[in-house]
Amino acid sequence: MKSLRYFKRRTINNTIFFLSYASAVIGVAILLLILLYTVIKGASAINLDFFIKLPRPTGVPGGGIANALVGTFMVVGIASAIAIPVGVMAGIYLSEFGNNKFAPFIRYLADVLNSIPSIVTGVVAYVFVVLPMHRFSALAGGVALSIMMIPIITRTSEELIRMVPDTIREAALALGTPQWKVIIFIVLRTAAAGIATGVMLAVARVGGETAPLLFTAFNNSFMSVRPDQPISTMTVLIYNYASSPYADWNAMAWGAAFVLIVIVLIANIVSKIFTKTKYAL
Amino acid sequence: MKRRISDRLLKLISISFASIILILIIGIVYELIDGSMLSINRFGWRFLVTSTWDPVKNVFGAMPFIFGTMVSSIIALIIALPISMGIAIFLSELAPQKIRPSVSLMIEMLAAIPSIIYGLWGLFVMAPFLQIHVEPLLGKYLWFLPLFKGAPLGIGMLAGGLILSIMIIPTIASITRDILNTVPTLYKEAGLALGMTRWEVMSKIVFPHARSGVIGAIILGFGRALGETMAITMVIGNAPMISASLFSPSYTLASVIANEFSEAVSQLYISSLIELALLLFIISMIFNALARLLVRREKVLQ
Repeated sequence: MKSLRYFKRRTINNTIFFLSYASAVIGVAILLLILLYTVIKGASAINLDFFIKLPRPTGVPGGGIANALVGTFMVVGIASAIAIPVGVMAGIYLSEFGNNKFAPFIRYLADVLNSIPSIVTGVVAYVFVVLPMHRFSALAGGVALSIMMIPIITRTSEELIRMVPDTIREAALALGTPQWKVIIFIVLRTAAAGIATGVMLAVARVGGETAPLLFTAFNNSFMSVRPDQPISTMTVLIYNYASSPYADWNAMAWGAAFVLIVIVLIANIVSKIFTKTKYAL
Repeated sequence: MKRRISDRLLKLISISFASIILILIIGIVYELIDGSMLSINRFGWRFLVTSTWDPVKNVFGAMPFIFGTMVSSIIALIIALPISMGIAIFLSELAPQKIRPSVSLMIEMLAAIPSIIYGLWGLFVMAPFLQIHVEPLLGKYLWFLPLFKGAPLGIGMLAGGLILSIMIIPTIASITRDILNTVPTLYKEAGLALGMTRWEVMSKIVFPHARSGVIGAIILGFGRALGETMAITMVIGNAPMISASLFSPSYTLASVIANEFSEAVSQLYISSLIELALLLFIISMIFNALARLLVRREKVLQ
């Protein structure tokens, strides 16, 4: 009897652990499947023209996504210009002056901001920017993305500034350095490399966003670098081309997806190596 | 001790930048409520339970979208839960030290892939596969269940739930892994010393110890599924209907906003869409607050 019960316990143990191995295999397999399809279907669409030409109508070969590449850089650039100063300064406040009741509240609000669904961010940017300006614009897209970037940069900056050892602050203060100089020239400089990778992670995260751009940056078939005009972005282009019934446009969507995934994965792996920031928040 | 003016200036500057976050939140909440006032005044509470969505007649009700959002996320959770738990157990207990970091990295990479790429893959790879190989089989052998009635279209509720499940697996798995890692080795060794099998140690010692955090991780994953937009928009079929069948197309709060916002012409139409955004905002706030409360208790997230 005793050995039968032992057998039963061992079988349950082995079955569950087998299922656990299987789950890990499934998880890795899904990642590889997605990467594999993107590489196979995307690589065939990619050549020099793909990067330097404008989109062409369906049926006309040789088009590219140059305007979308430029557009994504524009929109993400605008977002960074807004979010980096706000995020880093807020991070300084939370770590250096955060010894009060207001700071935990701000920290909580940053988490709230971070958990807003991206489509809602788009609606908010539409009301904030598109309605007053009466048109879709790169600026509106940038504002939408900056709302997503601010909490990420705030929290990573705070963490990284906090990691600077107190002895460094104390040594500088003991020499008679004013506190603001200690913070800007010593603490911030020490944490700069880490903050930069945090910013890169935030850029990679919002650069792949589509939902906030659909009705803010909208779309544009031509090359545009004007912040007050609608602009094409890689993600919206993928969405439009994937939803179209034309095979050549679908192929372009895969090509753009391939470029996007390469950028996003490289940024993520590099920042994972440099920081210990967990979860692609 | 008197502070230098320059020090106070830096404090002032940094506090005003930090306050931008507060102002932003107030602005978001105000604009969402203000923008949906027209629809709230017109439809009141009926908005939540009406299932007509007719831009031509200017009648709007959120019921099909609330249904679609909830059901697709629940399907996602049912599929993702066992797999994520399996991955978390694998990463915290079973994986050999040599492969642990790389498998961990790969699962985290799954979270970094943009949602539009999941959508693209779901539309061109997963949905056709479901249509040709999976749905006919389910229809053939489980025809007596209302869940599997109707023509196999590929895109629909099943595809939506499935793509969402893939997207929330990394979230649930990596947070659960970190929480399981916080359980002291001493407890596990005590269990093993008493002659428990490793699974008995997991189920009777590790999981009870980590319970609130694991539940928090699951809720966080669920909250993420609720707000997910692009991937599910591309595979769920986008038809505002309430059907018991998993094969039939559906629609979610996020998808209808994504599809119709830039085309909405009447004020009431836009206002109704903004009210959907407000609903989505409130729902995700509730789930996220709950999750953070439970996970933070385990001190994994700061």
